[in-house]
Amino acid sequence: MVPFAGYAMPVQYPAGIMAEHLHTRASAGLFDVSHMGQAELIGEGAAAALEKLTPADVQILKPGRQRYGVLMTETGGILDDFMVANRGDRLFLVLNASRKHLDIPAIEAVLPAGVTLRPLPDRALVALQGPGAVPALATLAPGIAAMKFMDFSEFEIAGVPCLVSRSGYTGEDGVEISIPAEQAEAVAKALLALPGVMPAGLGARDSLRLEAGLCLYGNDLDETTSPVEANLVWTMGKRRRTAWDFRGAERCRDELDNGAKRLRVGIQPEGRQPARGHTPVQVSGEVVGEITSGGFGPSVNAPVAMGYVARGAAADGTALELMVRGKALPARICPLPFAPHRYAR
Amino acid sequence: MAELRFTKDHEWIRLDGDVATIGITDHAQNALGDVVFVDLPEPGREVTEGEACAVVESVKAASDVYAPVAGKVVETNAALVENPALINSAPTGEGWFFKIGGVEAATVDALMDEAAYAAFVDSLA
Repeated sequence: MVPFAGYAMPVQYPAGIMAEHLHTRASAGLFDVSHMGQAELIGEGAAAALEKLTPADVQILKPGRQRYGVLMTETGGILDDFMVANRGDRLFLVLNASRKHLDIPAIEAVLPAGVTLRPLPDRALVALQGPGAVPALATLAPGIAAMKFMDFSEFEIAGVPCLVSRSGYTGEDGVEISIPAEQAEAVAKALLALPGVMPAGLGARDSLRLEAGLCLYGNDLDETTSPVEANLVWTMGKRRRTAWDFRGAERCRDELDNGAKRLRVGIQPEGRQPARGHTPVQVSGEVVGEITSGGFGPSVNAPVAMGYVARGAAADGTALELMVRGKALPARICPLPFAPHRYAR
Repeated sequence: MAELRFTKDHEWIRLDGDVATIGITDHAQNALGDVVFVDLPEPGREVTEGEACAVVESVKAASDVYAPVAGKVVETNAALVENPALINSAPTGEGWFFKIGGVEAATVDALMDEAAYAAFVDSLA
């Protein structure tokens, strides 16, 4: 257990990161991500209000659907990345643990009269991820099998009313389940009792998301990175990219028109040696950027990394040198993800 | 075979004649988790006591390995390059890192014996 954002977090269970990672890709891993911030936004005009802070198209989101987006700073940086689901009479939000203390006042500041943000600190969140996750869970709640990627719905699991989204942070099929905190242990025990389910910690969560090319706030995204630099233009709605009516839009528009100075890319080190976050990235002896997440990919069975490089060095196949402990480690720019996404589309 | 001695950096050392074999302890491999890469010193390198001369990388993190005694690196464990997981499966056997020559027995004797190291690890818990 290690401290993280005020929570005691399991980095790994007795099986270890490698086994937990590989088991999740082969079968199913259960992750306790209750540190994530949950909240709901209630009232007429909630979606339009949230759009002041995010370039995501929230108003077009149908009831029972969820999407990924970013919250913006005034200067076009990323305040946080988040999930938003339309529950019909309200929006349901999932925020980062380390950022929720900033997100909540930022959202409250843009709300009109009649729209309220309600943090839900009394809810736990678990993720059941992997190709075996939904088949196993469907034995407890058959309706979950009919959900598609990014569907969001209520189900009773082990007698407990839960909010289920078919999504996750591993690149695999699976679900995230929001549970009233006092009943979370009972649900977690019921999930762990399902055939093929193994508990998995934050270490495996990190190696799984990195192989899947998914960003970690604080590593790959921060208040200096824009959604254009971060290669998250796909999270910006078409209507939003015409109206430019969100906080920080000016910088995004300029970068889309004129090109961003730097871009987030996949980086494949040659050989077996991992290159970690903050490793300088060079082209022909000149520093062009930095690794923001790097480690060993158990499924790829090789080191994997992502980072930001100058636009001119961002083309696939560009030869790089990663400066690890004073030695130049050869690497190349590569497409993301390292492990193909296997969502239930 | 000579008995193992231990350092507070969680390395073990075994002296045969004036050649010391060095690796990391079972406690260290357990804390590191699955080892995926090792960076070993060049044979012939002169090292001072406490000098960082190897790196072990697990899925989690990178850690330095220090020379517990001064001397010259005479051999490294080539098997680790192909199979770094030997450090997890046999930390005090096939998972050895490197050998240092020209070592004085007294410098090794001064290190912790097995009982002292076990007490040291307990004191960290």
